[in-house]
Amino acid sequence: MKTIVIGVIGADVHAVGNKIIEYTLVNSGYNVVNIGVLSSQEDFINAAIETDADLIMVSSLYGHGEIDCRGMKEKCIESGLDDVLLYVGGNIVVGKQAFGEVKKTFGDMGFDRVYPPGTSIDDALTDIQEDLGE
Amino acid sequence: MSKYLLVDFGSTFTKLCAVDLETEKIMGTSSHYTTVLEDISIGYHKALNLLFDKLGKKIEFEHVIACSSAAGGLKMAAIGLVEELTVEAAKRVCLGAGAKVDLVFSHHLTKREVNEIKSGQMDIILLSGGSDGGNQENVIYNAKLLGEMNVKVPIIYAGNKSAQDDILDIFENYGLDGYICDNVMPKINKLNPKCARGKIRELFLKQIIEAKGIKKIESDIDQVILPTPNAVLQAANLLSEGYLDEQGLGDLVVVDIGGATTDMYSMCYATNRSDVVLHGLEEPYAKRTVEGDLGMRYSAPGIVKSLSEREIDYINKEKNIDIVKEVNERYQNVHLLPEDERDQFIDQFLGEMCAYRAMNRHCGKIHEVITPMGKVFNQSGKDLSNAKYVIGTGGVIINSNNQKDILKQMSNILGDSTQLRPEEPDYLVDQMYIMAPMGLLAQKHPMLALKLMKENLKELK
Repeated sequence: MKTIVIGVIGADVHAVGNKIIEYTLVNSGYNVVNIGVLSSQEDFINAAIETDADLIMVSSLYGHGEIDCRGMKEKCIESGLDDVLLYVGGNIVVGKQAFGEVKKTFGDMGFDRVYPPGTSIDDALTDIQEDLGE
Repeated sequence: MSKYLLVDFGSTFTKLCAVDLETEKIMGTSSHYTTVLEDISIGYHKALNLLFDKLGKKIEFEHVIACSSAAGGLKMAAIGLVEELTVEAAKRVCLGAGAKVDLVFSHHLTKREVNEIKSGQMDIILLSGGSDGGNQENVIYNAKLLGEMNVKVPIIYAGNKSAQDDILDIFENYGLDGYICDNVMPKINKLNPKCARGKIRELFLKQIIEAKGIKKIESDIDQVILPTPNAVLQAANLLSEGYLDEQGLGDLVVVDIGGATTDMYSMCYATNRSDVVLHGLEEPYAKRTVEGDLGMRYSAPGIVKSLSEREIDYINKEKNIDIVKEVNERYQNVHLLPEDERDQFIDQFLGEMCAYRAMNRHCGKIHEVITPMGKVFNQSGKDLSNAKYVIGTGGVIINSNNQKDILKQMSNILGDSTQLRPEEPDYLVDQMYIMAPMGLLAQKHPMLALKLMKENLKELK
């Protein structure tokens, strides 16, 4: 069974979407490790090490995603998690920036998949199944 | 006709407490230097004679049970994967079982670290790592290295369940003295101490007591059943929670300042507020922490090390002492007992520093976070602000001329809103050294142990 770490990063307390993601992924047969809201990069990384995770899915709903996610990939590499996939989604930047640019910014930061506001978890599920090969 | 003798073989003193089950009273207490190097029973018999002298007659005890922290206590090495998770979980399980955690390691062990385990004469190793179904590679690597380097110390494996079979094979292949337990952290941030704690206690009974020359005493007494800190933890837990219709005291904190360590026990849930988000490993209701660098003698230098140059200058000027010199004197002469008012004054000050610093580390921390959804509070550790009682035990506090000033250091004296220290506690002192004995008595007679604690802990006005 593949393991996915999920949580909401930074000073962000949006708990509902996080529950929906957990519900969907569990029902799709994944081992979900939900570290909850107000989580730091280190919280995600520590959980991924202990659980031998295959994927870390970062949620950010309050516009500060870029600040909160910066340096995360580097920390993953330092922690021996080079092969662990990184996804990010939600309202990850402030205001109405063109999503193409946002995607590039987060891609450059080392995120394998970047999702625009309003994405349904079912859409992401297809990517997860493709990336994790299940 | 039912009389209990409860014995605490401490590193310095052997303390006795006689309890009469019929009258439901403590008959008397006594103490004598522990004589573990020559023969532990010498000190015990001297203390027993002192007790008989006090009572004015010899008494036949139906039950004699003991706890021990003599001969260095129960020394353990805690090994995990990530520092904040399985390493912390392993450490907490050891501390809760009443052990001294001398060595703590994370990730892959190195040969140097294994040599430290060997030369440090550990009694037990607790090997953990990985949540259930999670990382297996690390614990397997570590178990193999312990095997390759021929470690003779008993090893309790309490890591990832999925690695149990491999670990068992490694134990067999290398002829290790290994035991398998439930994972101390089966899920992220979930603490599961029960199985490993039980195994630690079992090994303590079966092997450790014998190895420490304490077994000899068992011709005189029934059994040494617990490490002393575990007896204190159980007593504090009982005192807090109550038993059947006998009410407990509610949330409380116990501090024991010794020569080498400052132990702190808190009995309460992590929080009872609804407006905080808890972070980190799950906090147990009954939690013990040990500060190995804060103590009155062996660890006195640690007190100075925790201060800045500026603080040292300030203290020297304010108190008119040379703190560095005083601390070194105590470190070099660990048997020093205060001879005059000046010595007492300095010991009192060191005791206050230990209590203050140890609480800094034990209590939870809270930070306000401003989010677009308003203010929220981010908490790590335990919220002790509603603790009703702060209880002092151990020689330094019991013998102090100003007990309350030491215990007050545990409250929020500086009004620091980020530290979840007790806000307005009442203060109690274990004047007769009964906490550990009551932990022992509670094994069979929890109701009486609870009543005796409520009766005999002295309230400080």
